[in-house]
Amino acid sequence: MLDLRLYMLQRLSALILAPLVLTHIGVMIYAVQGGLSAAEILGRTQGSIPWMLFYGLFVAAVSVHASIGVRAVAAEWFGVRGSALSGLTLAVFAILGILGARAVYAVTAL
Amino acid sequence: MAAETDKPEKMMDVSVWRGGPDGGAFESFKAPQQESQTILDVVTYIQQNEDPSLAYRFACRVGMCGSCAMMVNGQPRWTCRTHVQKVLKDNKLVIAPLRNLPVIRDLATDMTVFFDKWTAAEASFTPTKTRHDPMAPINPETPERLAASEAIECINCAVCYAACDAVAGNEDYLGPAALNRAWTLVNDVRDGGHESRMDAVSAAGGCHNCHSMGNCAQFCPNELNPTASIAGLKRATVKAALGLRK
Ligand code: SF4
Ligand code: SF4
Ligand code: FES
Repeated sequence: MLDLRLYMLQRLSALILAPLVLTHIGVMIYAVQGGLSAAEILGRTQGSIPWMLFYGLFVAAVSVHASIGVRAVAAEWFGVRGSALSGLTLAVFAILGILGARAVYAVTAL
Repeated sequence: MAAETDKPEKMMDVSVWRGGPDGGAFESFKAPQQESQTILDVVTYIQQNEDPSLAYRFACRVGMCGSCAMMVNGQPRWTCRTHVQKVLKDNKLVIAPLRNLPVIRDLATDMTVFFDKWTAAEASFTPTKTRHDPMAPINPETPERLAASEAIECINCAVCYAACDAVAGNEDYLGPAALNRAWTLVNDVRDGGHESRMDAVSAAGGCHNCHSMGNCAQFCPNELNPTASIAGLKRATVKAALGLRK
């Protein structure tokens, strides 16, 4: 179910996520305290390559991390096995990736 | 036997699981309480006085052979070294076959899968020398040897295997005992099976399925810590995958 490859992917994505999550929360608190409106925030993120890279990486890491986690839960708690399990893992990965990519596009594209 | 009639025996309720591979149910018995009595004593009492057809397994009766483990009041225990006084609840004992293993009959489980997984984990010594070579000098103080010694006193009782929720949720998971043994060999300087063992414990049912929650360490009667051994294996497999030597 979890082999070395998936284990490494999950650890690696966690390693990437940790600082990104902290930065994300930190910036959110900072932006809100500064009294920025949604439009003002979008004004700063849209067209910003650094924010696109930041949230692009964020979405990629979340998609990898969460799909492997859901895979383990589905296998151990609901007995999902074999190709259904691989399919589920890929589906969660794809859905999170697509939804996330759309959000990143909306927030950072011009 | 005047002494025994002077003091009326205090009886306790014992529910014993009876059945086979296709299912079964608990059967109620009464057994007298005695001083320093073990769970295995109770099972033996029932088999000798109540129902001679009760099937169970034991050999050494002193915590050496690992054959007597059962579920006692819902927890896996080595029954020959578990005192009734320690686990009796409301004057009642519930004794069942070990969890996570198929039942042969009554309290006797089929441990074939358990041992097959030791083989699958390559938890056996791969010699690098022959009998014609001199004995390998082993320094007991090296970190490797200390790690191996810490994990070596396993009696193959499968108590940890019964306690493990990862095994319960995934029939392919090799489980704490086999992986613990593999870890001792990773730390054995005389062993030559490192690479193939790393592959064996890295496969789909391997050490990466462990949740590190420590049920195995909690219940191991010999106070081993398979959780820590498996954490060691995880580190070793990552190192091996990154091309670093163990
Ligand atoms: S720590 Fe790992 S091996 Fe031990 S009981 Fe938990 S999941 Fe099983
Ligand atoms: S590690 Fe402990 S509980 Fe597990 S088989 Fe060995 S002695 Fe029994
Ligand atoms: S009978 Fe040998 S360990 Fe219990």
